[in-house]
Amino acid sequence: METLVQAPAWLRERREQASRRFAEVGFPTTRQEDWRFTNIAPIADAKFALAEGSFAQAPALISSVAVPGSLRLAIVNGQFAAGLSDLSAMPKGVRIAGLRDGARDGTDGLEQHLGKVFNIDAHPFAALNTSLLDDGVAIFVASGAVIETPIHIVVVTGSDLPSVASAKEGDKAVTAHPRVLVVAGAHSQVRIAQTFIGAADSVYFNNAVAEIVVGEGAIVDYYTDQRESERAYHVANIQAHVEAKGVFASHAFSTGAKIQRHDIGIGLKGEGADCTMNGVYLADDEKLMDTHTSLDHAMPHCTSHEIYKGILAGKAKAVFNGRIIVRLDAQKTDAKQTNRALLLSDEATINSNPQLEIFADDVKCTHGAAVGQLDEEAMFYLQARGLTRTEARDMLLHAFAGEVLDGLKIPALREQIETNFFNTLARDVALTA
Amino acid sequence: MLQVKNLKVRVEDREILKGINLTVNTGEVHAIMGPNGSGKSTLARALSGHPGYEVTEGQVVYDGKDLLDMDPDERAREGVFMAFQYPVEIPGVNNAYFLKAALNAKRKQQGLDELDAIDFMKVVKEKLKVLHIDDSMLLRSVNEGFSGGEKKRNEIFHMAVLEPALAVLDETDSGLDIDALRVVADGVNAMRSPDRSFIVVTHYQRLLNYIVPDFVHVLSDGKIVRSGGRELALELEEKGYAGQTAAGARQ
Repeated sequence: METLVQAPAWLRERREQASRRFAEVGFPTTRQEDWRFTNIAPIADAKFALAEGSFAQAPALISSVAVPGSLRLAIVNGQFAAGLSDLSAMPKGVRIAGLRDGARDGTDGLEQHLGKVFNIDAHPFAALNTSLLDDGVAIFVASGAVIETPIHIVVVTGSDLPSVASAKEGDKAVTAHPRVLVVAGAHSQVRIAQTFIGAADSVYFNNAVAEIVVGEGAIVDYYTDQRESERAYHVANIQAHVEAKGVFASHAFSTGAKIQRHDIGIGLKGEGADCTMNGVYLADDEKLMDTHTSLDHAMPHCTSHEIYKGILAGKAKAVFNGRIIVRLDAQKTDAKQTNRALLLSDEATINSNPQLEIFADDVKCTHGAAVGQLDEEAMFYLQARGLTRTEARDMLLHAFAGEVLDGLKIPALREQIETNFFNTLARDVALTA
Repeated sequence: MLQVKNLKVRVEDREILKGINLTVNTGEVHAIMGPNGSGKSTLARALSGHPGYEVTEGQVVYDGKDLLDMDPDERAREGVFMAFQYPVEIPGVNNAYFLKAALNAKRKQQGLDELDAIDFMKVVKEKLKVLHIDDSMLLRSVNEGFSGGEKKRNEIFHMAVLEPALAVLDETDSGLDIDALRVVADGVNAMRSPDRSFIVVTHYQRLLNYIVPDFVHVLSDGKIVRSGGRELALELEEKGYAGQTAAGARQ
């Protein structure tokens, strides 16, 4: 591609390095520990075409998830779409750059951070994304700036070709490698949401990477709403570095995609940093939802809180792997991890695996995992007061997810995510009597 | 209002109710008494439609309709309320939010407009005042961390808001101290009306000092062995349940 050639030397170098890395490791297989329960053969075996340009449904998809009052950044098929973005609410202290134009123009901070937060060795798909790094968005928040306007990144993927019947016909389907970079300066505050969406029932493969730098004392909330097409493949890597006394919260909500693999890694790189890593996923049909989280406590006096909640129906499968590393220097670490899953059908399964690696000796680390069914006595109690089984179930599921939903600090986004959540439930989840 | 005819109910593999016959007219208060294991609570739960209680024979006609043919939630929306012996704790579900959903489900069934948050709060505040229940109960998760007395008061509060046509109280008095018992009894008495019937299931006659029943039935081994007026409860208090068997009743 022409644009790839025009990129500055530093970017070409990073791409080539990633390209060599990916050529070396290739797509992961189930023989690898980190991919034991997630067979990505449907992605590896299909021949997706690198998407270019926009498609007819993109504007409608973007407006379907619009969050009023926010700054909107549209990424269509991996490319920053200025025309579909809404920058009218641009607050003081925020700099936005398309990655392609930004790299060409020498935008301040890009060379310093892009591809530097992520260790491409850790993840073949991240290496693949970097090897094809062409466009995306970068958000810079000035030191000390408190941004009240939410920033909403909408990632749409698809093509105008008729929807294909299966991944084997993937040669007609597209793939995109959207990229996001967030750099929050010292003592700044910002809330950023990222929504992934595609045309209903369309097949595509989205391989996203987001890198986030949380400066000293900065406070960053990052929300992810994965509502891809039911037949799409979604791989996403979010990696954040948190400096001293920085506060980072990731909240991930997932309802879409046939196969989802989320890797969220947070490195607490400075003393007294704090992070929250929460998520709710709803998997139905024959979906596979895999979440791998990794928390790296590298410095003393850091705290982390992690809660993941899964709701599984039909023949869905989920994987949760929660890794916490407490390094030798990370004394006085306080880490808490909870993973809970509700199975709404007998055929749904989950593999849950907490993975604690603790090298410091003065730390507090707790983890708990629980898998259960809906409490039938509670169901009966609600029904005996007049609620239908569906209403009773939704109420209990809402309560189950509530702890995580409460962390959504953008009301319009919360409403949108909750509505989507219960629409998905109503559409697909058959009641088990 | 309610006709129970030859009702037989099985729990797992055991037949617990062995042919109950009972008629409750509108406006009446019936007390069901009996020793442990006689089937009192089974009767209450079968009337509410608990899935663990299988009706093997008999009929229950409520307001001219076949009650046994209705799901538990339909029964509730048709005006049947059960105060649970063991109210269930539901973490994360706000008491007021739940009650509003329940009330509106019933109003919808009756063809009435659903109440918005403001109108609902008006109804609720008034009931709380009558029942001398603290507002804080609204904000808490349903029954979560409630004391035994609070749970029972919450049941009465739900009943007051939902205004059922038939209320079944399943051992609402058990485990209550005298103050809590008075709150419960006052709540029931405040709701007594010519349009509303009560079935009060209790092991002890103590509650009946406060909720004076029109009829008392004694249950033993799955059957009603004696029926009478309030004086029957007093007699039971004096003599106990010993001898209250089907055979005894025939003498």
